[in-house]
Amino acid sequence: MKLVEEFELGLDAPICITWELTYACNLACVHCLSSSGRRDPRELTTAEAKGVIEELERMQVFYVNIGGGEPTVRKDFWELLDHAAAHHVGVKFSTNGSRIDAAAAAVNDAVRGPGSFDTALGALERLHTAGFEKPKISVVVTRQNAGQLDDFKAIADRYGAQLRITRLRPSGRGADVWDELHPTADQQRSLYMWLLEHGEEVLTGDSFFHLSAFGEALPGLNLCGAGRVVCLIDPVGDVYACPFAIHDEFLAGNVREPRGFEGVWRDSELFTELRRPQSGGACESCGHYDACRGGCMAAKFFTGLPLDGPDPECALGHGEGLLAARGEDLAIPAPAVDHSRKRPPSRVCDENPLADFIAKA
Amino acid sequence: MGASDIDLGGRWRLHPQVALRPERFGALAYHFGTRRLSFLKSRRLLDVVQGLEAAPDPAAACRAAGVEEAELPSYRRALVTLAETGMIVPAERGTLLSHSESKSPQGVAA
Repeated sequence: MKLVEEFELGLDAPICITWELTYACNLACVHCLSSSGRRDPRELTTAEAKGVIEELERMQVFYVNIGGGEPTVRKDFWELLDHAAAHHVGVKFSTNGSRIDAAAAAVNDAVRGPGSFDTALGALERLHTAGFEKPKISVVVTRQNAGQLDDFKAIADRYGAQLRITRLRPSGRGADVWDELHPTADQQRSLYMWLLEHGEEVLTGDSFFHLSAFGEALPGLNLCGAGRVVCLIDPVGDVYACPFAIHDEFLAGNVREPRGFEGVWRDSELFTELRRPQSGGACESCGHYDACRGGCMAAKFFTGLPLDGPDPECALGHGEGLLAARGEDLAIPAPAVDHSRKRPPSRVCDENPLADFIAKA
Repeated sequence: MGASDIDLGGRWRLHPQVALRPERFGALAYHFGTRRLSFLKSRRLLDVVQGLEAAPDPAAACRAAGVEEAELPSYRRALVTLAETGMIVPAERGTLLSHSESKSPQGVAA
């Protein structure tokens, strides 16, 4: 059996998980996948979070991708990082201090908020000066910045950083802007060509595997790993199939259940179902199905397309036709949870990730 | 580094920063230093890797794990790949030269 087929049947434990520690965030990016903004009062306590880390160690989950919200907002952020390191769970974390979206500040700030581009570059500069090795710059590819990939690469090279580019999904607040911001068909093809050339030098979280249908496979795992090799733990301990699928339909359980995270991973009805052989549906007769595996489940779900059909950004253009044919009355699923602030922050508020550090200085 | 540059003689071992996790198809190997993920595509290859340190050389580790003579070359190739990526190292040294992080997980079959 091919490795990709083995993976589709699921692993005994995830290779890695995404763990969003808090919904609190000092930015209000228009495309936020988790609709973050305000803290949720039910978020995991320090003791609960440490318990999850110990469970991940027992299951030999190699590393966690910590995000949010802005994870550094949590007062126990560094304590949890130390706990993970002590328990042999590797950590990668995302912070908006080092996230940028465009080589042009105007494009970035329109998406992430005024001043956020300079803040990110300032953080990079400080990391560089402090000798932090190989930070990553994370860029979501949009219609506005798709032509600037070489510029991002140049910024990353300048700071000794590694560039990470990922796909814009119609998840969270991303659903509100996806129609206008997702790359055009021409841009998708250029992106594919760019990835063929630079794929080994940049990180992508394997998020562009649907583009492999253009031809040669892109580097990385070309499959949807949701509930099979990866999953998401959200700030309140809910376990979803993937970070881009925060919806009841993809909710497998909660780490607070007696069976714990391990029980949810191994036995939940949803994950068991995802690991059964899937039907390619309308895609099954397509000669490129082996390359793209039907694309991204979340992208289909949140654009109202059937899960056993083409990705909305199908390389062969089958998604565009389906998007155009959607009826006016089609109910597109909304995210299960929304922690967006009612209005953008007007001052340096308590949720500023640096507030605590400034106070102690 | 080409296959011909690696001398698989002597005692080898798993790199101290590598974690092995058995799976249905074989095993996953994760290097915490390089953050590289590799797949061992059979349980027997896992047995070989786990038996490296106790054997005088990799060929002996293969035989101890029940690898047939005719299969030795393909196991050798798999071990060379693991050596090139720093997953296994000569036992007298704890580490090889550092390897840069690669995004591409690598499948290793015997």
